[in-house]
Amino acid sequence: MSDKSPPSTVHSLRPNKIVLAHGSGGRMMQELIASLFRRAFDNPALDSLDDAAELAFPGTRLAFTTDSYVVTPLVFPGGDIGRLAVCGTLNDLAVKGARPLALSASFILEEGLETALLEKIVASMARAASEAGVSVVTGDTKVVEKGKADGMFITTSGVGEIPAGRNVSGSLARPGDAVLVNGPIAEHGIAVLNARMDFGLKGDLKSDCAALSSLVEALFGVTSKIHAMRDPTRGGVATTLNEIASQSGVGIILEEARIPVRPEVKASCDLLGLDPLYVANEGKVLVVVDRDEAGAVLGSMKGCPLGEGAARIGEVVDKPRGVFLRTRIGGLRPLILLEGEQLPRIC
Amino acid sequence: MNLDKFSDPGLAKGLLGKIESLVRGDVALMEVCGTHTMAIASSGIRNLLPKALKLLSGPGCPVCVTPTHEVDRAVAFSKLPDVILTTFGDMLRVTGSESSLEQSKAEGAEVRVVYSPRDALTLAREHPDKSIIFVGVGFETTSPTIAATVKEAREKGIINFFVQPAFKLVPEALRAILEMGRVKLAGFLCPGHVSTIIGSRPYEFIPRDYGQPCVIAGFEPVDILEAVAMLLEQIRSGKPRVEIQYRRTVKPEGNPQAVALMEEVFEPCDSEWRAIGMIPQTGLAFRKGYKAFDATKRFPVTLPAPVDPPGCLCGEVMMGIHAPRDCSLFGTGCTPAHPVGPCMVSSEGACAAWYKYGER
Amino acid sequence: MCLAVPGKIKKIEGRLAEVDFGGVTRESALDLLADAKVGDYILVHAGYAIQKLDEQEALETIQLLEEVYGADPEEPQEPSP
Repeated sequence: MSDKSPPSTVHSLRPNKIVLAHGSGGRMMQELIASLFRRAFDNPALDSLDDAAELAFPGTRLAFTTDSYVVTPLVFPGGDIGRLAVCGTLNDLAVKGARPLALSASFILEEGLETALLEKIVASMARAASEAGVSVVTGDTKVVEKGKADGMFITTSGVGEIPAGRNVSGSLARPGDAVLVNGPIAEHGIAVLNARMDFGLKGDLKSDCAALSSLVEALFGVTSKIHAMRDPTRGGVATTLNEIASQSGVGIILEEARIPVRPEVKASCDLLGLDPLYVANEGKVLVVVDRDEAGAVLGSMKGCPLGEGAARIGEVVDKPRGVFLRTRIGGLRPLILLEGEQLPRIC
Repeated sequence: MNLDKFSDPGLAKGLLGKIESLVRGDVALMEVCGTHTMAIASSGIRNLLPKALKLLSGPGCPVCVTPTHEVDRAVAFSKLPDVILTTFGDMLRVTGSESSLEQSKAEGAEVRVVYSPRDALTLAREHPDKSIIFVGVGFETTSPTIAATVKEAREKGIINFFVQPAFKLVPEALRAILEMGRVKLAGFLCPGHVSTIIGSRPYEFIPRDYGQPCVIAGFEPVDILEAVAMLLEQIRSGKPRVEIQYRRTVKPEGNPQAVALMEEVFEPCDSEWRAIGMIPQTGLAFRKGYKAFDATKRFPVTLPAPVDPPGCLCGEVMMGIHAPRDCSLFGTGCTPAHPVGPCMVSSEGACAAWYKYGER
Repeated sequence: MCLAVPGKIKKIEGRLAEVDFGGVTRESALDLLADAKVGDYILVHAGYAIQKLDEQEALETIQLLEEVYGADPEEPQEPSP
């Protein structure tokens, strides 16, 4: 896999303190990963930059992934940090085409956390795992002093098996492929932002947090020509497609009129001055599939419970490179990587 | 009310055709407002317009024009003990001489992003032991809202709510640009929401004294295109005047209640615009009766010596004299990740919008 | 320089209105628009109503444009199923 990290001049420009933008999924986070973590850990499995690493074993291929969950508030409309931790890691396995085998869960708990709240969150995790037919087989618990952990942090890792015939990677998108999404976007980010910042928006705003394993299995039942999949979490659809376009060395053009966004979510974005294309999702998958299979795959998606509102939103092209939006009025504008998290604005 | 038709592709196409037929030779129009810069870029309009028609960004980005020392002052306020610094999100990442509010927050200061100045007032009520300082940045759309919040604070006897006044006024800034005479402009696309407050009359000096057409435009693609077509018609007719395209919200008299509130709490003063300099009567200061709310008076702070970044062309860009790509730093030494001047720092800034939307 | 969003007033209590922005509601203050009534469409900036939206003007603007430029939007190219 070719190294797609930015030039080494980035080193000298790294600020001397970590700021929130370093965790936002945007350019600053990418720079940090490339210039620090990848340089230090340096190995081919890591280099693929997919959400799960593929490990070759005699007779099989395994997918291995890990994620940390630091969301506040701990409980929000549509989910909680526990459910997020299970579904998020299951999704990272699913988008690699892997069938989940087992999960681990590590907890960092803040002194003073209500036990009842912890019980509620752990029960939620057990439920989410059981719905997906997977077990949490190992874990760890630590407690830190008050003020050091925002209630709790959870890290989950997951192992899965990639059946033969499936080759899914962010680097395999090809010109001509169709880009599909399984439903309306920006749900999770808006729900959590509203809950955390007390912006006072009232309405049907809730996280779409869900495990996509069974939806993904259904798609592979239709075709193996799924080239790339990714769940558009932090940074949203635009950021995720930028990663794929960059890894694959292609361009992606989205049709603004085809992108599903619920009116309540659109209105919330308008009020806060946010672009839904950069807002996080936790129950969505972007599927890049051979154009001849796109119709059948879309049909299969729509038949799944988590595929209501699925749509074909764009296509992969050879040039121009990068991600673009064809606007409602026929203009074409680039969707670039943001530097950090979007901020609500008045202007 | 369904406003979808204001993004209708068929109407947009028709208006683009009309614009094409009206453009004779090079013509430069100034779109004053940062929100217009964003709307034009995000709808992809700029690349659909005829090449001879140039839309220059003006100084209508309140974050961009807030002087370095006011950013430094907000940062200094945030570091004071028992202060909660509240701000619109727009200001969080703007760099001053040494730091930004985001950086200050990372170092432990209590900085909170709010959607409305009333949310800051709520914080003041909830934390009587703290001083809540609100960073008052914005044009005439925003200053009446803070005036209203200040009045409500007085009404309710809330004494721990303060405002750092860094507001700007649009019409006199446009006069300064015209007086400078360094840009060959053929007309102004005037800010839709500022005009919702002040109406169309404050712009009348522009056609009268400078012969320049003005059209007050809304923010949907069809609004902007209709306004451009209206400006081109005025240019062709040779009869410049102030017209309102955004008729569903802008009245000639604006919103007199809002203006009255703004004038009750604030009075115009001379004001410094970042990278441009002092423009007379373009700022707002608290009137005598409301000086108790002025954070600048109540919390004296030591400010670092302001630093002017060398090579930065923001002043000229904001006055429409240069395009972002004319600046030697644009896209190389100055990017959204590592911004030098205010036009790149703010998501509304001309340079940030050009960079983000690939307008090179 | 100013994001303002249109909404409909559902309820008024003192200086505060509950405004519906297409399915999501938020409280907005009416200090700048004291004569606003339930059912009015208004423009909201930074939590304050700044002006009423004139539905008649909106319709007329569109009507006039449609008369001149026609009302048939071009559909984006339908991708092959």
